[in-house]
Amino acid sequence: MESRAKILEALNKKFTDHPAPLPALKSFPYAAGDPIDKFEFVLRGIGGRTVRASNWQEINDYIRKEYTPENRIISLVEQVEGSAITPDSDPHTFENVDLVILQPHFAVAENGAAWITSDRMGDRALPFISQHIALVVTTDSILHTMQEAYEKIGDANHPFGTFIAGPSKTADIEQSLVLGAHGPKSMTVFLLSS
Amino acid sequence: MEQKTSDHAILADKFNQDIPRVDWHDKTLWFIREKRDKAAWQIAEWEELRELASQIKNNVLDNLHDYLLEFEKQAQQNGVTIHWAANAEEHNCIVHSIIQQHGVTDIVKSKSMLTEECHLNEYLQKQGITVVDTDLGERIVQLAGEPPSHIVLPCIHWKKEEIGELFHQHLGTPKGNADPQFLTAAAREHLRQRFLTSRVAITGVNFAVAETGEIVVCTNEGNADLGVQLAEVHIACMGIEKIIPQRKHLGIFLRLLARSATGQPITTYSSHFRKPRPGQTMHIVLVDNGRSERLQQESFRNALKCIRCGACMNTCPVYRRSGGHSYQYAIAGPIGSILAPSLDMKNHADLPFASTLCGSCTNVCPVKINIHEQLYDWRQVLVKNGHVSSVKAAGINGMAVVLSRPAIYRIAGAAGRWFMKYIPAIVNNKFNPWYKQREMPAVPKQSFNEWYRQNRKENGKQS
Amino acid sequence: MTLHHTHTHMLPVQSRRIFFNVIQMKVALFVPCYVDQFYPQVAIATLELLEKLGVDVVYPESQTCCGQPMANSGFEHLTGGCNDNFVRNFSGYDYIVCPSGSCALHVKDHLHATDEKAAKEIRGKVYELVEFLTDIVKVENLTSRFRHKVGLHQSCHGQRGLKISQMSELVSPPFSKTEQLLHMVQDLELISLKRQDECCGFGGTFCVAEEAVSVKMGIDRVEDHITHGASYITGNDMSCLMHLEGILRRQKSSVKVIHIAEILNSAE
Repeated sequence: MESRAKILEALNKKFTDHPAPLPALKSFPYAAGDPIDKFEFVLRGIGGRTVRASNWQEINDYIRKEYTPENRIISLVEQVEGSAITPDSDPHTFENVDLVILQPHFAVAENGAAWITSDRMGDRALPFISQHIALVVTTDSILHTMQEAYEKIGDANHPFGTFIAGPSKTADIEQSLVLGAHGPKSMTVFLLSS
Repeated sequence: MEQKTSDHAILADKFNQDIPRVDWHDKTLWFIREKRDKAAWQIAEWEELRELASQIKNNVLDNLHDYLLEFEKQAQQNGVTIHWAANAEEHNCIVHSIIQQHGVTDIVKSKSMLTEECHLNEYLQKQGITVVDTDLGERIVQLAGEPPSHIVLPCIHWKKEEIGELFHQHLGTPKGNADPQFLTAAAREHLRQRFLTSRVAITGVNFAVAETGEIVVCTNEGNADLGVQLAEVHIACMGIEKIIPQRKHLGIFLRLLARSATGQPITTYSSHFRKPRPGQTMHIVLVDNGRSERLQQESFRNALKCIRCGACMNTCPVYRRSGGHSYQYAIAGPIGSILAPSLDMKNHADLPFASTLCGSCTNVCPVKINIHEQLYDWRQVLVKNGHVSSVKAAGINGMAVVLSRPAIYRIAGAAGRWFMKYIPAIVNNKFNPWYKQREMPAVPKQSFNEWYRQNRKENGKQS
Repeated sequence: MTLHHTHTHMLPVQSRRIFFNVIQMKVALFVPCYVDQFYPQVAIATLELLEKLGVDVVYPESQTCCGQPMANSGFEHLTGGCNDNFVRNFSGYDYIVCPSGSCALHVKDHLHATDEKAAKEIRGKVYELVEFLTDIVKVENLTSRFRHKVGLHQSCHGQRGLKISQMSELVSPPFSKTEQLLHMVQDLELISLKRQDECCGFGGTFCVAEEAVSVKMGIDRVEDHITHGASYITGNDMSCLMHLEGILRRQKSSVKVIHIAEILNSAE
């Protein structure tokens, strides 16, 4: 407690006669072009895959084709096949999950990221511990920029939320890009037309 | 803090004994600078974003007291325990006591420059606690027993063959295998076991939002998230300057951070930790360690705006050719050179001189820190405090005398072209450091001054 | 003083000279110490070029140095005598022109003197040669000729400090006042570089204090120019060029350095 008082006291001094005001945030014109195309282009550039789908059936077919019945697949999306999870599971039990399917709130065209919060994760460990991840993004939920993203998030009170942009990756060894550092080795985004 | 035994110039000279390696290091980092340029040019409003980010951070520095209190209140309401540490030692003690309370001896840690600054790993090691750095680059330097050489790219100075050998020794990978894909997979296997067994996870903090009490941690590997989500205790360590006022400001900073750092449009994960997961406890340690003092130094305070992107290192022509370890501080390169002296002026007196003041760092900085101007200002402070060699001081004193007196200057010039006499003389070196790898400029028959008197004045022109 | 030159750019050099004489702009030539000592031909070219363009230019003879070598080493507090001398020499002119971006920038940013009012005035009047030609004289054509492949070294202080050309770090439209002038030189072929504005490593006392890195930076700059076919390396700052010249000569290279004033003043 002593340090708290000491630090706060040191910070409570007047540093300047003209304290910098907090600037008003400006919204900038969005880059030209279709945000869906842009999202697809950017996400592929950072190692993600995109699959355009016009209905849920196509998504399920795709997953069936890519994975075998032996794979452990967890789906938190009602319309996508996969097992559910038991509430309050020990997160360590997801170690052997091959694929997790989640539905983010929205995605962002400028950087290929998707915003997903803990209430849609089943368990917060799932997006990170699974060997692969798939997200279902409806095409009408693709925003242009991160500034638009935070306008959309507003003051929502989520215990945990994350932007995910592609598979887990590293370039720490001589700047060679390797997908699948600690988390998912691949990320597939299903772009479901609305 | 341990006393340095060598200065930047000497270590840089050693680094330059292996020229092909210098070229490789320079080109690798320049490549990242080019990626940063490409990413920035994708954003038409880039310069306006930098300006906004700079203004937000200026506001933070002027109101840190209030923002910290707001942050503390919000975080506590979220069920997070807040700790305050006045210095590195206190920070280390706090972290240790939390770990002890849970009876744990093995922990995982994702990247945190603050814990590097505080030498947390060494401290915990001495208390019998094993810390595994989970960022791949940090794990590599940890296995090698080295500090990171770059804040974003910790092992940028390591070649893949050397990493292959290191992994062969420590992880038992086959000798001679230097394939990055293979080595990364080996590290993944090795570290996954640590994630699965560690009950305490330490992370750094990229941004802490006063308005909501949430912290944001950005990684590409997902190591911070994996560590935290599998642990019973999450300890997040942050310098008090990491605060930003409102959540919407993340919209500015996250547009700038990864693009500046590596040229990526965003890091793979930008995780917002607001409340601990059910059954988990979450601690945030707020660390001062000289920052409040620094805030009172008008010329140097705005170095605290730094968001640790590393762009100034990648663009720095000196850093690229001297390597991160030549700086002997947790944060190398231009930003480290203005941060380190405020922590220990005497020990880091060499760093502000490890620059040509070219100004490229200032231009790439996403929060517009006037790095090269601060380097200049630090030089003045260091000299006034007696932290330069007496040889140099004597040389410069002589120079000052000559340059104040035009008559002496003319004589000194005629006697030996004073510039080349004085510049090399300020270095304590029996060899002329100019001439070692460069020819001296040829001495002309007459100086311009002499020419002017002969050719213009005699023609009737008055000065 | 405001100058209006809206109609002068169409006039040949001869007419422009008359125009300048009419308005009687008093210009002082500020010659960097190392140029005075080692590269008098650069100062001569600067003087002749300005004269050709009709500028009434004088050289205050008791000038020594701007004090930068001391200040950049951390000894700004010892520059008082040097600065007072500078102020004595350069007070009372409409413009002070210097064939060095680095020295001009130092005066602009750091000149303080016993007579602070005069120092302040000087800080606002000092110009690097190229920016003086493009912004004040507003040169639109030149009679110079230079039949060589030339690489342009962007000296950092002129570029990033005085903004003589756009910096590669910024997301802003490109421009270059130096290139603008070089393009007016007949037969000159300007080469492009891989790293258009990387520092050469001179850096004042850095060149000896950090000898290894300084030289390596210089070698890398020189190589960029040579790889792209330059037979001359030019620039606004002779200090950078002196460093590059030292390296070129040690390598026994046939590539030469030449200050931009020499090119703009040449008629070969």
